[in-house]
Amino acid sequence: MGRYVVRRLLQAIPVLLGTTFLIFAIVYALPGDPLQALAGDRRVDPVFAQTMRELFHLNDPLIVRYGYYIRDIFTGDFGTTFRGLPVSTIFEGKFQVTLNLALMALIIEAIVGVGLGLIAALRRGRWSDTGILAVTLMLVSIPTLVSGFVLQLVLGVQLKKSTGIDFFPVTGVSDGWRSYLLPGAVLAGTSIAYLTRLTRTSLMETLRSDYVRTAIAKGMPRRRVLGRHALRNSLIPLVTYLGADLGTLMGGAVITETIFNLPGIGQQLFTSVYLRENSVVVGIVTVLVLIYILANLIVDLLYAVLDPRIRYE
Amino acid sequence: MQNPSVDTHLLPADTLGTAPLLAVDNLHVEFATRQGVARAVNGVSYALNAGETLAVLGESGSGKSVTAQAIMGILDMPPARIPKGEIRFRGTDLLKLSENARTQIRGQQIAMVFQDALSALNPVFTVGWQIAEMFRVHRGMGKKAAYAKAIELMDRVRIPAARQRVHDYPHQFSGGMRQRIMIAMSIALDPDVLIADEPTTALDVTVQAQIMELLAELQRESNMAMILITHDLGVVADVADKIAVMYGGRIVENAPVHDVYKTPAHPYTKGLLESIPRVDQKGQDLYAIKGLPPNLLDMPTGCAFNPRCPYRQDNCVTDVPPLHEISGTRSSACHYWREVLDGVEG
Ligand SMILES: Nc1ncnc2c1ncn2[C@@H]1O[C@H](COP(=O)(O)OP(=O)(O)OP(=O)(O)O)[C@@H](O)[C@H]1O
Ligand code: SF4
Ligand SMILES: [Mg+2]
Repeated sequence: MGRYVVRRLLQAIPVLLGTTFLIFAIVYALPGDPLQALAGDRRVDPVFAQTMRELFHLNDPLIVRYGYYIRDIFTGDFGTTFRGLPVSTIFEGKFQVTLNLALMALIIEAIVGVGLGLIAALRRGRWSDTGILAVTLMLVSIPTLVSGFVLQLVLGVQLKKSTGIDFFPVTGVSDGWRSYLLPGAVLAGTSIAYLTRLTRTSLMETLRSDYVRTAIAKGMPRRRVLGRHALRNSLIPLVTYLGADLGTLMGGAVITETIFNLPGIGQQLFTSVYLRENSVVVGIVTVLVLIYILANLIVDLLYAVLDPRIRYE
Repeated sequence: MQNPSVDTHLLPADTLGTAPLLAVDNLHVEFATRQGVARAVNGVSYALNAGETLAVLGESGSGKSVTAQAIMGILDMPPARIPKGEIRFRGTDLLKLSENARTQIRGQQIAMVFQDALSALNPVFTVGWQIAEMFRVHRGMGKKAAYAKAIELMDRVRIPAARQRVHDYPHQFSGGMRQRIMIAMSIALDPDVLIADEPTTALDVTVQAQIMELLAELQRESNMAMILITHDLGVVADVADKIAVMYGGRIVENAPVHDVYKTPAHPYTKGLLESIPRVDQKGQDLYAIKGLPPNLLDMPTGCAFNPRCPYRQDNCVTDVPPLHEISGTRSSACHYWREVLDGVEG
């Protein structure tokens, strides 16, 4: 198992290099001069520009600049912005916010999505199944902007006004984990829909399997057939989905963070792309890719725990 | 029978004491499919006494497994429906019992061995867990005692190094060993009836014989009744006491095993026997029954076998042959069973 983890981590290196180079190339291929963007409408002082170009290796070919960048990354240095701020200080706290948000979304998604999917599978063909299917279809088609504002209005503002219950903060991160409830739900929306369907399919397939029939033939009570014999097998594909979704959720948090004014990495990414702070953009993406790779590794290890047929040597 | 904790061992035995242990009586099973209603079982009757082995024969799709699943109560309803018939176990019609009462019978009094042990065993639990579960759930045993029982059973079905292997998963065993585990699980609680649905079809020929031997031996030791579903007429002669031949969802012939081999009383049975490869006929072409099995959605009128039958007469196409009693132990669903018995082709 330990050797497998090491091997997987080594395999991650080329993936990391490939993706960072790609994003590096794309960001630096964007039209426009980053120094000009910094100065806004004013004219850039040519002497200042010359010094900056030297300092940031802007005159070197792309591949050389990428080489400098990777060298720095491996020493834990994500570089400096043109304004002289270390990129890592810009990151500070922001990844935590986005990670919290994504984890909250993942928890909500797992509880609601798996729950609804299980109900739908057990009541397949009946009205609750059809209803759940219809709701998930709606969830997929509502844009985050709409669901975000609606939840803010209904659960945040109206609920407080009409009942005095002040449980769902609508903005900021000053209320601990509760701050993430509404944005987490909004971010989870689409994933809930997919997970519901995936769970439904997976459980229905398991219920048709021979070993479930065996469990019934053994005289096991229905509860046990479902809870012990069927559930664990139908969870296996869901774990994969949830693991891969952590990365997707973190990368897709921009709009949600903006609506709920959460100082996360999504907002920062947006600002930095806008301001042409290339080193920040590349840094964020690098960390996101790293998180994605780690999440997938954890999924694969979980897989072996859930399914004894899988062994990593 | 509303009481879920009913002890079915105490169900009233037949007052005369002569009723069979298990009797399937005029059983009908149909499936609602997109193309229409598939009548998979159309009036099957067979009976079984303690210690007896009944072999159920018939080609693919004749309804052998569906009948067995109806006895176990493991059909998916819907799409399945049982519009008619009785399944009497110790004199009580199982079809009239509550789901709870049936759960009490399943596994404890009527148990089943499935064809493909690899898919029939749960891949994510150890074989020990799956056997021990019988004792933990049905007998309320603790973990330790239940595992000890599991090891005992694995020994009994002759799995080498049972004590070590009890913590292995199904995929770590060979096909034959897996089927032994399936068998160990099914006999765990000393059932009165064991239904084995093609228990050796998925195995190598050499292993097949070993598994059949094991089943026969276990049966002798515990005097349980066995329903052995099979395609293979070869194995039947050695282990079965009597035979029920199925065709198109019906029993076409019931007979003690040796009578069937000597003098079949139904053209279909006769065809089956003639299609067994025999040592004395080496090199000759095998006889095969002409034509295709009947389509359940569109059964032939009259006798279901008539499109393929060398004995067919005009009334075979119009009149469904009843199950004629030939003797106390034999019956045949053929208008012309006498001619078949005498070997005169029509
Ligand atoms: N769930 C189902 N829905 C529709 N038809 C079914 C279903 N289960 C079984 N059948 C049909 O019932 C018929 C009898 O099936 P059964 O499994 O009893 O055959 P069998 O005699 O056991 O054959 P085999 O030797 O291939 O196992 C088949 O034609 C099958 O297509
Ligand atoms: S009833 Fe007629 S068709 Fe059917 S088996 Fe007998 S002879 Fe053949
Ligand atoms: Mg079958």
